[in-house]
Amino acid sequence: MAVDTPSQSVAKAAGEHVARGRSRGTGTPRRAAKRSLATHWYAWAMIAPVVIVIGVIIGYPLVRGIYLSFTDANERNVARSIGVNEIPATYEFVGLENYTDALTGSQFLGTLGWTVVWTVSCVALTFVLGLALANILNRKIAGRSVYRMMLILPWAVPGFVSVFAWRFLYDERRGLLNQILSGVGLDAVPWLNDPLMAKFAVIAVNVWLGIPFMMVALLGGLQSIPGELYEAAEMDGANAWQRFRNITMPGLRSVSTTVLLLSTIWTFNMFPVIFLLTRGGPGEATQILVTQAYKFSFEISPRDFAQSSTWGVLILVLLMIFAAIYQRVLRKQGEVW
Amino acid sequence: MTTTTPTARHAAPPATNAPVRGRRSPLASVALHVTLIVASVVAVFPVLWVLLTSLKPAKYATTTDFFKETTFENYTNLLRDTPFLTWFGNSLLVAGLTTLVGVFISATTGYAVSRFRFPGKRGLMWTLLITQMFPVAVLIVPIYNIMASLGLLNQSAGLVITYLTIAVPFCAWMMKGFFDGIPREIDESGYVDGLTPFGTFWRLILPLAKPGIAVTAFYSFITAWGEVAYASAFMVGDENLTLAGGLQKFVNQYGAQWGPMTAASVLIAIPAALVFLFAQRHLVTGMSAGAVKG
Repeated sequence: MAVDTPSQSVAKAAGEHVARGRSRGTGTPRRAAKRSLATHWYAWAMIAPVVIVIGVIIGYPLVRGIYLSFTDANERNVARSIGVNEIPATYEFVGLENYTDALTGSQFLGTLGWTVVWTVSCVALTFVLGLALANILNRKIAGRSVYRMMLILPWAVPGFVSVFAWRFLYDERRGLLNQILSGVGLDAVPWLNDPLMAKFAVIAVNVWLGIPFMMVALLGGLQSIPGELYEAAEMDGANAWQRFRNITMPGLRSVSTTVLLLSTIWTFNMFPVIFLLTRGGPGEATQILVTQAYKFSFEISPRDFAQSSTWGVLILVLLMIFAAIYQRVLRKQGEVW
Repeated sequence: MTTTTPTARHAAPPATNAPVRGRRSPLASVALHVTLIVASVVAVFPVLWVLLTSLKPAKYATTTDFFKETTFENYTNLLRDTPFLTWFGNSLLVAGLTTLVGVFISATTGYAVSRFRFPGKRGLMWTLLITQMFPVAVLIVPIYNIMASLGLLNQSAGLVITYLTIAVPFCAWMMKGFFDGIPREIDESGYVDGLTPFGTFWRLILPLAKPGIAVTAFYSFITAWGEVAYASAFMVGDENLTLAGGLQKFVNQYGAQWGPMTAASVLIAIPAALVFLFAQRHLVTGMSAGAVKG
């Protein structure tokens, strides 16, 4: 690294004066200030690449996206080039109109309702099933590593491949599930073509996809709980449920709060499952906020960039409010996060 | 399978939950095994079914037999008649570049955030966290317009840049978790020996963090390999599609072609699963480090 040579002398100089480097505050204030400046300089140099990249490829588009949500931009009035002709942008600033439209219309609120149902049921089911499997896998049991491998498989296969696999199984006329049903004399179920069934179907696929992550994370948490605690509890006559309730659950707290937050955010934004399985259909029955926003800007004509951006900003605001509340609740309960 | 080592290592002392006095009753054992078997079948079956279907002649794709006239014709047709290999190459290029650049850019940041207190740290941490909540919807339109004006739509480079918006904050955040797990005493010994923070990072911490870096790289690879929304929106025309876009061609445009579809699925899943097996040795360690201290 190029920066090594000049800075080395600084660190050495500091090291000579103070035996333990940065940690002890001896020396004159001026020297301390100098030393802290040197430390910050390192830190800032180290974070510089990420700060620059985030600023350029996330910050700038974000600002533009927020700006677009205050305009009436669509496919027909944004700047574009047709052949050699540059057509300048003609969209106008419309203030909060998009937001009032979204928040007072029924489409956004309806989609939000289903998105919340989708997120809560997916996260809850994934967590409960993942926890159960992690608990079983944490015991001494024959063939444990083979089971573990098989249970992780849905995670190892790329999501879009699995979603197509499920679509293949769900196929109404010739999918395996309906062939099995007809084999035992039952009527075919329109898995993806009936609004209610489609909702169950997409949730099932997402839970199937999400369990391995949950299981592996919780298994990691379980393995960090010292076995002595269980022994001691058993000595005191605690039964299995009491041990689970009073040792396992508190021991898993920090892992589970993190994975629950992550998986809530991921599920809320889960684009590929809905998009590839049902495209939001039948009708708009399984459309979540993200897929609907995508549809506004890429699937309808003319593409409605402004409305899409508005929904995007609203999703982001909702998630940030959720994360803030989540953190506040944790902090109230004495959890450091 | 080689994966017995990690579990064995973690469980080396008597497995945490195992009853100390008395053994589990046979009935309980059976119940546990039945549960695990049912769960494993549900987990494996959809994938297995795709594999089995890909080995049947295309006209029998929707039959319920496990094996029927086993053949590789789906694979040969796929490779001969469709641009599958082009898509595969595109995906490999995009995912590989994203991983490489993402990990390279974010490693030092993960370290700095893990070890130093500096003005702006809190802000940076929040930024890293919040950017991971970004729905596709909030960035896709502006990035689409920017890429269009730069002439980067339909280009691998454009997609790599776009994926970095996901990979960079994620890698930095994740690596912070791994660096947190490396004792600070190692840094201090480096300072005592006269190394600069950069030297310490490069010579002492980075070699120790290799498993963490592998897991981080693996996640960014998988994320880019499986990304759907940006790939579907930005890439058009058979030449430029990545796999996520290409597969959609089989089920939408020409009706459902399950034969090539399943063969393609198998070929796509293999590299991802290989990378996964490579990284999964560190998976539990990595996840708990990232999750507990994140």
